[in-house]
Amino acid sequence: MTTPAVTAPLLQVEDLTVQFPTPDGLITVVDHVSFTLDANRVLCIVGESGSGKSVTALSLVGLVQSRGGRVSAGSVKFRGTELVGQPEKALNRIRGRDIGFIFQEPMSSLNPAFTVGDQIAEVVRRHRRAGRKEAWARAVEMLDRVGIASAAQRAKDYPHRFSGGMRQRVMIALALACDPKLLIADEPTTALDVTIQARTLELLKTLQREQDMAVLFITHDLGVVADIADDVVVMYASQVVEHAPVRDLFRRPQHPYTAGLLAAMPQSALENGSPLVGIPGVVPQPHRLPSGCRFHPRCTHAQAGRCTSEPVELRRLDGGLVRCVRSEELRDPAPVPGAPAPIEGVAVQ
Amino acid sequence: MTTTPGAGAPKLRVEDLEVTFDVGRGKKLHAVDGVSFHVDEGETLGLVGESGSGKSTTGMAVLRLTEPTAGRVHLGDTEVTGLRSRRMRPLRKRMQIVFQDPYSSLDPSMTIGQQLDEPLKVHTSLSKDERRARVDEALDTVKLSTRYTTRYPNEFSGGQRQRIAIARAMILDPELVVLDEPVSALDVSTQSQIVNLLLGIQEQARTSFLFIAHDLAVVRLVSDRTAVMYLGQLVETGPSARVYDAPAHPYTAALNSAIPIPDPDRQRTRDRIVLGGDQPSPLNPPSGCRFRTRCPFAMPVCAEEVPPQHPLEGGGYAACHLHTHGPELRGGSVLQLVEGGHLTTPLVSR
Repeated sequence: MTTPAVTAPLLQVEDLTVQFPTPDGLITVVDHVSFTLDANRVLCIVGESGSGKSVTALSLVGLVQSRGGRVSAGSVKFRGTELVGQPEKALNRIRGRDIGFIFQEPMSSLNPAFTVGDQIAEVVRRHRRAGRKEAWARAVEMLDRVGIASAAQRAKDYPHRFSGGMRQRVMIALALACDPKLLIADEPTTALDVTIQARTLELLKTLQREQDMAVLFITHDLGVVADIADDVVVMYASQVVEHAPVRDLFRRPQHPYTAGLLAAMPQSALENGSPLVGIPGVVPQPHRLPSGCRFHPRCTHAQAGRCTSEPVELRRLDGGLVRCVRSEELRDPAPVPGAPAPIEGVAVQ
Repeated sequence: MTTTPGAGAPKLRVEDLEVTFDVGRGKKLHAVDGVSFHVDEGETLGLVGESGSGKSTTGMAVLRLTEPTAGRVHLGDTEVTGLRSRRMRPLRKRMQIVFQDPYSSLDPSMTIGQQLDEPLKVHTSLSKDERRARVDEALDTVKLSTRYTTRYPNEFSGGQRQRIAIARAMILDPELVVLDEPVSALDVSTQSQIVNLLLGIQEQARTSFLFIAHDLAVVRLVSDRTAVMYLGQLVETGPSARVYDAPAHPYTAALNSAIPIPDPDRQRTRDRIVLGGDQPSPLNPPSGCRFRTRCPFAMPVCAEEVPPQHPLEGGGYAACHLHTHGPELRGGSVLQLVEGGHLTTPLVSR
């Protein structure tokens, strides 16, 4: 193992590219994605279905191979150590100990044949070389910390004895049992009822502070982003289209897609007293990507030529990154949610 | 009783609806327990609740896709409950449903044209050409190309499928459409397209909508009035703007709190109600007020007495003791208890 560089960020992802073989040929699901995540920070990757956000998260720690995917380029450094190309054994040591996971469906991530206490204790024993008693005590402690009442008793229950919201708490206890420095949470609250989602987010925020960990949070919901993120990466059609601190992103979205997502939120329409504004068209298929800017067929600001011929590079703008050639000119007037008519736009759809 | 519904007569009238499921060992689950509401012509009533609230069962029971155990449902001047299946058939034409999952609600083996033609074949005596014209018209209404008639569902995205499901529901020009979480499975950009489409269709067709959803913000946008459901019962009803802005029941206020504001600064500093505990089992609901086990404002009276429906200014009611006991809100918003400096952020009940 290399010694981690002192100044290295906790997680550094560079040009990460993930491909999947399909009947239509090799498709690129994650396309040169780069970002860094420092200790104790919360980074949200937001995007719609098919944007590549979940595959990005899975590929960081070698979880796409079993799904048929392949990291074909790029680098993922965790505390200075390269993870891409590491043998499964080494990754196994890191997963669960240094990097914890929570997924959308808690039921499919818990083993129905073991008590929740045993499942947590097992992880603690494996990664921390703890004895049985010590591991069990840690399991109970974690269940208590995530707010499960009578934790010592409940640790002896099987997963089916818990409600959906409680199972997600068990998952969180499991993910955090070894004090990971990084938690990867893939849509952890999407399947939950709204009031349970609110409570789970509160819990995650509290634990993030208490345990000094960084969180990479994957979501489709900008409302959740407003609640927990420090920084935000917006993905569209396998690429990063905007990367900004959370306040900047909400105050002044630089990419028309981000502005469109904001305007499409029911809360935005209610806040502004305006009608709901949708984004026309549909997300393109990975094997049928448009030329030029991948968002141009749905963009009300797209211009023939400039937006439609050459691929658009991600570039620095103010405090963030944006993949749009027109950001400056659209800013004045700002590309506010629900911005009006296309400016000599190309035909949409 | 057989007068034609004139102005003011509700299109859908639901009285004391009950749906009970036998769960074995002599136990009964009251999924819907004494629910009453109405929907006027051309009006949208939003029915909000979380999983297990009984909102979808209510929608199914209104259409008698689930058999009500008790209560009455009227569509116009026709009593739906108690009709024999033979007499239900003409009524099916007048009431339609759109389901949440556009992937399972369409028949994968039939073309879009066939699926849209089916209800016309069953319920009308139109000629083939007339039916084809109606199918084209329906696709046009949901803003899909008429070229799609020869294609199969698997060739469409979720949003497009939901458009097709809406076209199928609207093709017989129904008086009532139950929309059961029609946008919940869709991406946000598609969700807004469908919401706007539904609003447009309704304006044209004057159809009555029962819009079932878990998202109070979506319901606020699409519904004239909102009814909030918890554990099989309605806890609050009223004009959507009032229900959303000034919730008079703590559960409605908690639903409101759970919707993040798209502004990081305000979202992180606002006073909120974050509910503790889990929803109790409908097999064994709490005594008195069913929400009391999770309510941050529960008082002794809440365990003893079923809260009456306290009438609210502007219409509707809240079934909550807070209006007559404790802080005596007298129809006012529960949010004043949260924002009035009584409580710190976030308010977590337990």
